[in-house]
Amino acid sequence: MVTTVPQSEIDIPATAAGKSRVELKNVSRGFGEEWDREEVIKNLTFEIKPGDLTCIVGPSGCGKSTIVNLVAGYDTPESGEILLNGSPVRGPGKDRMVVFQETALMPWQTTYDNVVFGPLLRGEGTRAEIDKEARRLLDRVGLGDFKKKYPSQLSGGMQRRAELARALINKPVLLIMDEPFRGLDAMSRPLMQEFFLRLFEENRRTNLFVTSEIEEAIFLADRLIVLSNRPAQVRAVIEIPLPRPRQFHMMSSPEVFEIKRQALEILHEEAMKSFRGQGARGEQVRPQAQP
Amino acid sequence: MSAVTLDPAAAPPPPAFRRRSKLERTLSNAAFWRGLAGLLVFLLVWQAGGFLHTSLGIDVPFFSKLPAPTAVAAAASEVVVQSGYWMSWIESIKRVMIGFLIAQLIGIPFGLFLAVNKYFRDIFFPPFEILRPIPPLAWVPAALIFWPTNEMSIIFVTFLGAFFTIVINVLGGARTIDVRYLRAAQSMGATQWHLFSRIILPGTLPSIFTGAAVGMGITWNVVLAAEMVSGGGSQSGGGLGFFIWSSYMGGSMEHIIVGMISIGIAGYLSSALIRLLGERVMPWRRAF
Repeated sequence: MVTTVPQSEIDIPATAAGKSRVELKNVSRGFGEEWDREEVIKNLTFEIKPGDLTCIVGPSGCGKSTIVNLVAGYDTPESGEILLNGSPVRGPGKDRMVVFQETALMPWQTTYDNVVFGPLLRGEGTRAEIDKEARRLLDRVGLGDFKKKYPSQLSGGMQRRAELARALINKPVLLIMDEPFRGLDAMSRPLMQEFFLRLFEENRRTNLFVTSEIEEAIFLADRLIVLSNRPAQVRAVIEIPLPRPRQFHMMSSPEVFEIKRQALEILHEEAMKSFRGQGARGEQVRPQAQP
Repeated sequence: MSAVTLDPAAAPPPPAFRRRSKLERTLSNAAFWRGLAGLLVFLLVWQAGGFLHTSLGIDVPFFSKLPAPTAVAAAASEVVVQSGYWMSWIESIKRVMIGFLIAQLIGIPFGLFLAVNKYFRDIFFPPFEILRPIPPLAWVPAALIFWPTNEMSIIFVTFLGAFFTIVINVLGGARTIDVRYLRAAQSMGATQWHLFSRIILPGTLPSIFTGAAVGMGITWNVVLAAEMVSGGGSQSGGGLGFFIWSSYMGGSMEHIIVGMISIGIAGYLSSALIRLLGERVMPWRRAF
């Protein structure tokens, strides 16, 4: 497939199209007032290398979604900074597209209208150019015949692919995926993973992928960042040495087994910590406030 | 490039059946016949109740004073040729429509403002919540004194009946829009106006129509009661409420029931209209 460099990506200095670096430096974010404080992220530092698919895994409720909100710009850190290609992130922007948990296609728009939403809103290019790109992307994700369908008429897998098309048409330099395949059934989830891998391997657009499935993370990622329990900190960074293009059979190799064992051990340890220190569903048992 | 197509892109060809007309589809629909059977059974029981009383002298409570459907039908056939009856329809519909439309025109923007602006909500929601539980009919005496004509009082009370429901529905609908839609739009560069017009407004439409359907029902309740209380009569022309009331004064049970059924039909038609409009405006809701 011929990948042309889209215009909006030409003016990004020092990075190839879609290959951008994300740095989190001592990022902290908590919620609640002083007496009712909950630190969700504390002094979190990690880096996402250009062109890498970085998976973040961690126990449930450890602050993964908060990280997504911070990098996407929906939320601001209380201290520390988040850099995208060296400049600090301020607010949401079309350079970082988020693929949300479950799906966040607008139910009142057809698949096609959902895809053209961003470029039309910003008035980028002519209607014909936008239309051409939307059709190309929809064909690419196998939804060429479903342009006029509403999201509720699509299957779970199709909704995910439509959402990918909607994100990609904005030509982001970073794709943020927040447990995108959650809620898919056991049959379509691996299909969706493989489809997404092929899409990623085409041009290796920097990707921050949040998941709670360790196997999914190993299959997709170049690097695995294993988070601790709340407040989230990096417990381990695991490089995945599997070659690309990834194939399912690689998942049965002894190395994968060993990586999985290590990661699960850490996750289990963290999960147990949260189980002991908190209520079962992550409701923290706080020390009594001093009178 | 590997072409991973997950779902077979080729959808099955459209079935080669002739598209049947709406009438044909209705006639072959079992639910339609069940509904018709239900209506017939209802009429039959009603007729039988009257028959027991008149022919066999068995007193069935309620039924003995109730004219049989045949008697009502006879009365109706007399009534429908009189222009006064249709004037009552027009009067009531006019009041319902005016009150309802004003309620929509004020209620929808008011509800949306309450939803999107915190200061506006802080200021206007408490008085709204105090006024809301007051039944619209409790406003009738005050309205009669306050407004110069009976007509305006009736319309005002009708307006109130729909207004509170509409506002509460719009507010609730706009406030429960999934934040991810707003965030996705923000990432794509939406301005505040875009967020409002492209997300909040379409996202609230289903609630607007729920509010309209419920509000329409209340409006009919209120207009009828207001017509009875204000007496219609000299100042403001009758309406269906006054039609029932004067039938009662005249002691004609048949006419009372004709009036009641008329209201049933009017209410049904107006909610059907709203449903139809809703389907047109929100094509994605049909997709389920």
